[in-house]
Amino acid sequence: MVYENPDGIRIGLEIHVQLNKLKTKMFCGCSTDYHNAAPNTHTCPICLGLPGTLPVLNKKVVEAAIKVGLALEGEIAEETQFHRKNYFYPDLPKGFQVTQYDFPIVSKGKIVIEGEDGEHVVGITRAHMEEDPGKLVHLGSIEKSKGVLIDYNRSGITLIETVTEPDMRSPKEARRFLDKFRNILEYLDVFDGNLEGAMRVDANVSVYWGTRVEVKNISSHKGVERALLYEIMRQKNVIRRGGKITLETRHFDEGRGVTISLRTKEEAEDYRYFREPDLMPMRVTDWIPAVRETLPELPDAKRSRFIEQYGITDMHARALTSKIMLADFYESVCAQGVDPKTTATWIADVFLGELNYRDLAISSFDEKKIGFIHTKDPEIENSFKVSDMVELVTFFAEGKISDRAAVEVIRSILDGKEEKTPLQIIEEKGLLKAESDLVSMAVEETIAENEAAVQDYLAGTEKSLNFLVGQVMKKTKGTADAKTARELIVKELRG
Amino acid sequence: MITKEDVEHIGWLARIEVSEQETVEYMDKLNSVLEYFGQLDELPTEDVAPTYHVAEIFNVFREDVVEESLPQEVVLANTEHKQDGYFRVPKIG
Amino acid sequence: MAKWMSVAQVKEKIEESSAEEVTASYLEIIGKSKINGFITVSDKALEDVRKIDSEGHDGPLAGVPIAIKDNISVVGLPNTCGSKILEGYIPPFSAHVIEKLLAAGAVILGKTNLDEFAMGSSTETSHFGPTANPWDLERVPGGSSGGSAAVVAAGEAPFALGSDTGGSVRCPAAFCGVVGLKPTYGAVSRYGVVAYANSLEQIGPLANNVTDIAVLMDIIAGYDRRDSTSIDSKIEYQKSLVDNVKSLKIGVPKEFFGEGIHPDVEKAVWDSIHKYESLGASWEEVSMPNIRYALASYYIIAMSEASSNLARFDGTRYGFKESGENWHAMVSKTRADGFGKEVIRRILLGTYALSAGYHNKYYLKALKVRTLVKQDFAKALAKVDLLIAPTMPNPAFKIGEKIEDPLTLYLSDVNTCPINLAGVPSISVPCGFTDGLPIGLQIMGKPFDEPTVLRAAYTFEQNTDYHTKRPPEVA
Ligand SMILES: [Mg+2]
Ligand SMILES: [Zn+2]
Repeated sequence: MVYENPDGIRIGLEIHVQLNKLKTKMFCGCSTDYHNAAPNTHTCPICLGLPGTLPVLNKKVVEAAIKVGLALEGEIAEETQFHRKNYFYPDLPKGFQVTQYDFPIVSKGKIVIEGEDGEHVVGITRAHMEEDPGKLVHLGSIEKSKGVLIDYNRSGITLIETVTEPDMRSPKEARRFLDKFRNILEYLDVFDGNLEGAMRVDANVSVYWGTRVEVKNISSHKGVERALLYEIMRQKNVIRRGGKITLETRHFDEGRGVTISLRTKEEAEDYRYFREPDLMPMRVTDWIPAVRETLPELPDAKRSRFIEQYGITDMHARALTSKIMLADFYESVCAQGVDPKTTATWIADVFLGELNYRDLAISSFDEKKIGFIHTKDPEIENSFKVSDMVELVTFFAEGKISDRAAVEVIRSILDGKEEKTPLQIIEEKGLLKAESDLVSMAVEETIAENEAAVQDYLAGTEKSLNFLVGQVMKKTKGTADAKTARELIVKELRG
Repeated sequence: MITKEDVEHIGWLARIEVSEQETVEYMDKLNSVLEYFGQLDELPTEDVAPTYHVAEIFNVFREDVVEESLPQEVVLANTEHKQDGYFRVPKIG
Repeated sequence: MAKWMSVAQVKEKIEESSAEEVTASYLEIIGKSKINGFITVSDKALEDVRKIDSEGHDGPLAGVPIAIKDNISVVGLPNTCGSKILEGYIPPFSAHVIEKLLAAGAVILGKTNLDEFAMGSSTETSHFGPTANPWDLERVPGGSSGGSAAVVAAGEAPFALGSDTGGSVRCPAAFCGVVGLKPTYGAVSRYGVVAYANSLEQIGPLANNVTDIAVLMDIIAGYDRRDSTSIDSKIEYQKSLVDNVKSLKIGVPKEFFGEGIHPDVEKAVWDSIHKYESLGASWEEVSMPNIRYALASYYIIAMSEASSNLARFDGTRYGFKESGENWHAMVSKTRADGFGKEVIRRILLGTYALSAGYHNKYYLKALKVRTLVKQDFAKALAKVDLLIAPTMPNPAFKIGEKIEDPLTLYLSDVNTCPINLAGVPSISVPCGFTDGLPIGLQIMGKPFDEPTVLRAAYTFEQNTDYHTKRPPEVA
């Protein structure tokens, strides 16, 4: 099957990703841990751009950029340096952004995605390092703003800007690319995608192989897909009506799901790039072998290994490797000797589904337990122990609990306020299959053997019920719960 | 030679408001300086590499170690235009 | 108390009386000043010095007062850069050199006047009015570190710090008859000096004698991890102070004696060269053919970098702020009213030189010419140990004389700015007078060969008496 791309759609992405796993900002020692902090508390003279201050580059920034470059199978520049991009905006404290221009640290990479017609290669034009501006809070809407508040806590956080070739042929492919890219970055441990503003995307899109339009600053993968769907429809309709698509920049209004024109090419800024005189150029070719050593097993390789090693399906392997922490969790559970296939089903099919239903994002894994955070409300945290999953899968595999009961155990742990093991929950809720089966059996026997008592009870003699319960207790040697036994008999006789 | 429009354009790029009358004044003075700069044209430099830094140093880095940030009140001490710990400015466009 | 004291004499006086008394006497002289050398006199100087008296301090400058150019950040003191746009701004941090000075026990007297953002050669463009030359109050002190040079010449401070982007330490040193050093690029940390042109400038000392220059350099020079262009040269500056130039080879670049040079300046410099000869040095003429393009190259680079450096002054976080219907309008008005005309001219020219379509014609071209100028220095200094030339082709001009004609003013940097393009060290020492106005001798050396530059300057000083002459106007 070859995808024809009937509408001649070309999509290219520019993705800004925060290296929020680094301890400090790009050019100063301010902490990157600002997400729940008061405004302007993670700033210093350098990231505030006070006159007289100078930048000094965080070495880990370069290591991380090389790591990303290698993971994208790109070329690492022999010599690279920083430029100033000059423009005025209130979030930009120096009146320029330190970024890279004609010699980016990474060029010519690629990512393989699951495309419209199977595996599809998306070229990476370049990836470079730059600093994040501060954050603006508009009082009122952008159009009817009364004023703007500025928080420079974000100012100077390291960004990796990655630019792709216009190789994606549908919004779905764009979304898949972003998922894969994020997945790789998380594997590299340079990026926590759960933090607000951690990944921002600009999308270039054209139809019928025509002029491209840029849609700026979309903050979610779902948003990118929606923005592209809208923009493609808009462009097709402009052309259908005999209009022309012009080079322009548009803004995606997340609420309304539409794109709005920001500026045309004629009004384009002149950034007056020149080399940053306060930073020295870099020659980092020597570092490459050592950085390569630190590269983890990447998603595709891990997926193949999972299929091979654990004998699981491609679909399960895909789901399990979609997050490195989930993959690690899975392997830790398997390491305890439980059946990998059963485990894959429970984690990939059930457990992940329950997480998604609760909007819980995987946020940590430490060999003992996997942690989550609510994507909308960071106050809501939770975790699930490796030992819990091992216990649960074991009970299920031994036929002691039903699949319905196992699901209930997972839900109870995810929703529970106190820490409980699966066994505790099974006992509390009486979910053990063997026990309940025994009681049901005893009930059935008792009813069959005591026809007179049954008739009496049905005729209204309540005392006969006590007799029947007593018979069940006798049969089960007192292990059955009398109340449960009574309920089962009533249910059996009265329906 | 730069024109009045050029002065207006670079005034906008540099975010410096230039009045009608100043535009002409700047245009004349800027042109006399640019004319002087024009003497560089006579020097052939096709095969000359540009010098960005006089010292040929590479790879200057700092370690990824947290240093103390400034207290919020110090950060905001140099302006009256602030609100709830933020800097406050007029709407952007 | 003697008005013009060397650092050694100041230290003696502190021993005899107290650091407080010495600082108080300088503050008294400043109080009667006729030259407008200081923008801010520190209210804390006396308090600081009392602390040194009471608690003691074993630093090499314990209790010695110093004046600081007002583009070098001192925590708690206004840092105006001579501009209205920094109105009310007080930096919450100090420059590296200030930290070093305070650790050495120095006392900051105050912040000295300068051309707005160090953009000038006359200290006339300051928002706080011009500084007068102590030798003739109707004349400029040179610039842009005019305040620093003038207060040293007037005996208002024993020494001072300036910054030199294209001659801003050496020009006022020459015009005011004091000694001023532009160190090798990278020798002194720029952390805390408000950038005019990052790739060109260095902080430099100004003093009444070469010894005090070396004293200051031993304190302020050296590696600073906060400046990526800082280099650890491990030079011991005071050890260079040897009265001996025997076998030194001096180069005299004829391009520095160009058209328009004042005959008395030319004569004084040649007399100095012959003085060196009589002291055992040899000299030869050298040719540096690209020097004539240095000025244009220098100004293009400086203005380009400046246009970007000064973008941060937007009224948003500190300093002067106009009102406007939106942020961009507010910024455009703030910058139009907050910057003076010369600063605006340079920002506009720099913006133009970097803009689409002109980047290669101006900015890139200037960087290529810079390579040629640097090569001229390297070639010349491969043959000789030092280069000697006039610092300024003419003595101090009248206040207001050149202010309306930027190009003429730029041309006065013709002999100083090539040094900044090449990044080499250069010192200006007094070498004569014309009509009662000082003349400066410029001695340039190889990168990080301050020891040879200082040795030559020190030897000249030991064998002449120009540095002992004091301006009559303020005596
Ligand atoms: Mg970018
Ligand atoms: Zn910071």
